Amino acid sequence: MNLNPKIFESKRPGSQDVAWCPGCGNFGIRNILMNALAELGLTPQEVVIISGIGQAAKMPHYINVHGYHTLHGRAIPIATAVKASNPELTVIAEGGDGDMYAEGGNHLLHAIRRNPDITVLIHDNQIYGLTKGQASPTTMLGMKTPTQPWGVFEEPFNPIALAIALNASFVARTFMGYFKESVEIIKKAIRHKGLAIVDILHPCVSFNKVNTYQWYREHTYWMEDHDPYNREDAFKRAIESDPLPLGIFYINERPTFEEMSPAYKRNKMPLWKREPKIEEIKKILDSKRRF
Amino acid sequence: MSENTVVLGERENVEDEFLEKVNFIEIPLSRMAKEVGSPLYLNTVAAGVIAGLFYADIEVLEEYLRKRFASKGEKVVDRNIEAAIKGYKLGRTLCEEGIVGVEVSRDRSVKDEILLSGTEAVALGALAGGMNFLSFYPMSPSTGVAVFLAQHAEDFEIIVEQVEDEISAINMALGAWFAGARAMVTTSGGGFALMTEAISLAGMAENPVVIHLAQRPSPATGLPTRTMQGDLNLALHAGHGEFPRIILAPGSIEEAFYLTAEAFNLADKYQVPVIVMTDEYLVDTYYNIPDIELDRIKVEKYIVEAEEDYKRYKLTEDGISPRAIPGYGKGIIVANGNEHDEYGDITEDGELSRLMQEKRAIKKLETIKKNAKLPKLVGDKNAKYLVIGWGSTYYVIKDALEQLNRDDVAFLHFSWVYPLRDDIKELFDGKVLIDIEGNVTAQFAQLLKKEIGVNVSYKILKYDGRPFSVEEILDALKEVLE
Repeated sequence: MNLNPKIFESKRPGSQDVAWCPGCGNFGIRNILMNALAELGLTPQEVVIISGIGQAAKMPHYINVHGYHTLHGRAIPIATAVKASNPELTVIAEGGDGDMYAEGGNHLLHAIRRNPDITVLIHDNQIYGLTKGQASPTTMLGMKTPTQPWGVFEEPFNPIALAIALNASFVARTFMGYFKESVEIIKKAIRHKGLAIVDILHPCVSFNKVNTYQWYREHTYWMEDHDPYNREDAFKRAIESDPLPLGIFYINERPTFEEMSPAYKRNKMPLWKREPKIEEIKKILDSKRRF
Repeated sequence: MSENTVVLGERENVEDEFLEKVNFIEIPLSRMAKEVGSPLYLNTVAAGVIAGLFYADIEVLEEYLRKRFASKGEKVVDRNIEAAIKGYKLGRTLCEEGIVGVEVSRDRSVKDEILLSGTEAVALGALAGGMNFLSFYPMSPSTGVAVFLAQHAEDFEIIVEQVEDEISAINMALGAWFAGARAMVTTSGGGFALMTEAISLAGMAENPVVIHLAQRPSPATGLPTRTMQGDLNLALHAGHGEFPRIILAPGSIEEAFYLTAEAFNLADKYQVPVIVMTDEYLVDTYYNIPDIELDRIKVEKYIVEAEEDYKRYKLTEDGISPRAIPGYGKGIIVANGNEHDEYGDITEDGELSRLMQEKRAIKKLETIKKNAKLPKLVGDKNAKYLVIGWGSTYYVIKDALEQLNRDDVAFLHFSWVYPLRDDIKELFDGKVLIDIEGNVTAQFAQLLKKEIGVNVSYKILKYDGRPFSVEEILDALKEVLE
């Protein structure tokens, strides 16, 4: 069993030129993720990260696992299909708050319904970092940005409450400043059978001057006496706004998309190993010989 | 409709202008249906009338109705049979009294033939081509393919998923291919329009994908249940940036089977979007064909095992980088929609960017072009006149030319629509070109002009949402031929 996170450090030449700003929370999330993967005993060959667009979505380039850096908001459908095509892989969809909650919002809603066995990691810094500081769906009320100079007046998106409302399979929130706890949450999310959503709070040191490392420490707390199998309690916690609860809000064990698919009812082989069923085609053609 | 056309029906449902043009025979379909118990049986009565006119075996019709309505209970089955018999008797009477003269002799040789629709041909072709993943959002007339495949998903052990929107559908298909599956989406113009962002991703990431685009008249929602060949420019130009694609357009139901199967090998080999263009006319048409030669289909797989230092976007002479997939081999696969180095990591390097653009848009395109299929020539290659068509108009043009019966008119049909081989230019040399297509701006003629610099002399275009009839083409040809 591998317990060394170093095997997830990429040696590819392009991986050495990291675009994240010094002090960016994404570095911490990468460390957390590498440790979680190592502690789960996974190898780089078993893991795929599908990302959208944004600073968070650059993760596949700075880590040694399979990756596909795709389009803004589209990581979830692609990750869903990767898992469905090869259930032997551990599949993670990764992106920022804009990626998953704005451009990809519809896909997130329907992924919750579909329940593929993937882990969705949302780097939530409450701002658009890649495009230099516009408000995101989770930006706090009143925050002024170059494109919201009057201050944000739209109600911030509450991903946790939304996911619980839709009866999501696994819903958690963490702050990347808490290393050990975050590793544990991500391990549980990956190990969870079904769609696991982890909203990971992290600061954007360049474009979000409000939600700093210190702000997150002061405005969050760990849920200690919470039963994640109780949906009503989970929802009550989810709508608390200050301080924000951290931890696993809700677990709802239900069949996954792949499990329910007729493709795997009798046959567990990944799709790439399969051949067309010519005999079945013959049968259908024969049935067309009359009428 | 010609002067020989016979219309059977109820007078109040036929417009006056038609009554003068055709032989109209009034039959009381509604009354007969009501006599059976409900106006709902009208369709079955009408089917019975037709069966009667052709002296068909009523038992065959009864057996069909029994199967068709079995789930609705005995009463519904019985009533439908009653309705069919009622209609059948009327049909026979019309013939016997000499009101309608239908002379058909029974052709025993077609007894073992297959009755197939264009929809079924696309779906079965996809299965034969190794398709094991279909994601779609319902849109006429493309949905039939998904319906057929969903109903057979368990037997074929494939994934068929109706998703939240077309954007998700095609992105899923890309993900499935990335993981080694053979995936397809089935859609129509409006849905395809939404997919263009991901088609661009397929171009950049060199992600194979097969798209069935069943055309209907547009723009926007257009004429949802009618037919047109109006989306060629959309298919040609969908997606931002420069990258190759392959566009196929079967001319017949048989070809819909073989070409759809072939689309998967092409996507796998060249790692580009392959668009199979049909239209409402082709997918909703049924006719019998002798057989499907399943032996003709060869599933060619191009997936390689990833070695230790695998480079997803290795620069090669022919522009094709060997494609590995996660879960097979020791190497790590990084695909990317940003400009990338050979490993797939983001690059801003000018020289690398230039090489990657050339790899995709020039080298790969040239490789595809060299291996492109030639159009099919019907008639004499020295004919003075050359009729040009693409896609579903194959048989209707062919039939018109047979009736025209002139040695100096030949027909060139394109089912491999794009990219075109450079050497096809000689096929047009010194000929008078007559372009026939179902759209308003002659999109295929534009393509010929742009790609190989030929000009058509005449255009026969139809864009009222209806398919061409043989008579229409014949008349139009007579006008332009000397």
